[in-house]
Amino acid sequence: MDWNPLFLTFKLALLTTVLLLIISIPLAYWLAYSKSRSKPVVEAIVSMPLVLPPTVLGFYFLIAFSPNNSFGNWLEQWFGIQLVFSFSGLVIASIIYSLPFMVHPIQSGLSGISSSLKEAAYVIGKSRWETLIKILLPNIKPSLLTGIVLAFAHTVGEFGVILMIGGSIPGKTKVASIMIYEEVEALNYGSANFYSGILLLITFAILLVVYLVNGGYLKRFLK
Amino acid sequence: MIVLQIQKKLHGPEGEMVLNLDLTIAKNQLVALYGASGAGKTSTLRILAGLMRPDVGKILVNDEVWFDSQEGINLKPQKRKLGFVFQDYALFPHMTVQENLEFAAAKGQLKHVQELLEIMELARLADQRPRSLSGGQQQRVALARALAQRPKVLLLDEPLSALDQEIRLRLQDYLWEVHRKFELTTIMVSHDPQEITKLADVVFVLKNGEFTATGAPAKILPNSPDSTGIVVAVEKAANTTRVTLEIEGQILRITLPSSRARNLRLGQVLTLNLNTPN
Repeated sequence: MDWNPLFLTFKLALLTTVLLLIISIPLAYWLAYSKSRSKPVVEAIVSMPLVLPPTVLGFYFLIAFSPNNSFGNWLEQWFGIQLVFSFSGLVIASIIYSLPFMVHPIQSGLSGISSSLKEAAYVIGKSRWETLIKILLPNIKPSLLTGIVLAFAHTVGEFGVILMIGGSIPGKTKVASIMIYEEVEALNYGSANFYSGILLLITFAILLVVYLVNGGYLKRFLK
Repeated sequence: MIVLQIQKKLHGPEGEMVLNLDLTIAKNQLVALYGASGAGKTSTLRILAGLMRPDVGKILVNDEVWFDSQEGINLKPQKRKLGFVFQDYALFPHMTVQENLEFAAAKGQLKHVQELLEIMELARLADQRPRSLSGGQQQRVALARALAQRPKVLLLDEPLSALDQEIRLRLQDYLWEVHRKFELTTIMVSHDPQEITKLADVVFVLKNGEFTATGAPAKILPNSPDSTGIVVAVEKAANTTRVTLEIEGQILRITLPSSRARNLRLGQVLTLNLNTPN
């Protein structure tokens, strides 16, 4: 059996999730507390991947990243990177595609914290940064966990965007979901079943852990 | 000394209102802000703490400018170095009692934290998290935490309102003790005339964003809304009249000589004065 597609899937999901977490915390913080007039626009943009067909996103990524067009050409000239049909292209597309799954839980977690907690830290003399790291984030651990897991799982299950922008290059962009599709097309049901089964088990296990942790079952069990 | 001269437009429960304050508080005084909810008491504290920005005016504390709209000065809450006890206490739920205090204290002030734990009788609870404490205990932690950074000014937003009478009386003693011990200038929002009379040197009565009265509590408070009653029933007998009054939702029955009750009407508002016979 070729383990490469599975390995690639989890590498992609892991990398996407870590980068998403770094991007989403400041973004969610801004969305939760800002009174800016541009907030609805940003909110709409962040939420768009929820409703757009993945093929639409993938199509526009393909256009934008293509070296034949100005943005893709600029990337290639200045940084020497080509995002179409490459792993880094997949990571960037996945980040945008899974953005709402990470931003929304963190945003609602932050909005749910009593504002006096934040203000108490300010009055004590703590900077915004210190307040975020030491007060706000530790109090939204369940939201962070939900965001991490949803983003991870969503990236594992990604298909349309990857097919459009990544193609199916073995070892580079041929992730498990694409592999399954191709095996079914070639009538190799046994092989498709192998990859599908593994994805099924792993995603179930991950989600189960989240609900166990967030529901407090684990804590009770360990006590 | 605290000088606060500010104006701020607020959205109160009865539409827009302008908070228009001019107050001077001497050093080491304990001052109470009194008034109906929505009068602007909490906003006054928040403006002092830097959590709310006034539209115009200035705030001077111990000759330091905290806010001046003309000069464009607005000191961040982080720089104002005051203690603030929030109405919901705002204890950090993920930290123990001791960690809450240490987080607020400056580095190397562990001795001060220990001292505060002793004074507030919290040493036994130092390793507990706020969630497992009673209301009165949480209150003490909030007060101790506000003092951990050695403030010169202490602000209390209805600190005792959620507690029952017995614990309330004990906490008033704690409050008085730390106010004296740490030479604080304390501003307290309170609904409770008893509490104000017991603790405060001066009371400011706020109504619709403005001070309507200022002075020693004993002089000001008898005329406060708390001691007025509405006549809800008048029963005449031979020489006496039984009058039923409603005071803040409570019913009080008094018997008066009929000669003195002749002009009472239903719905009339009476001011109550208690006199002890000599």
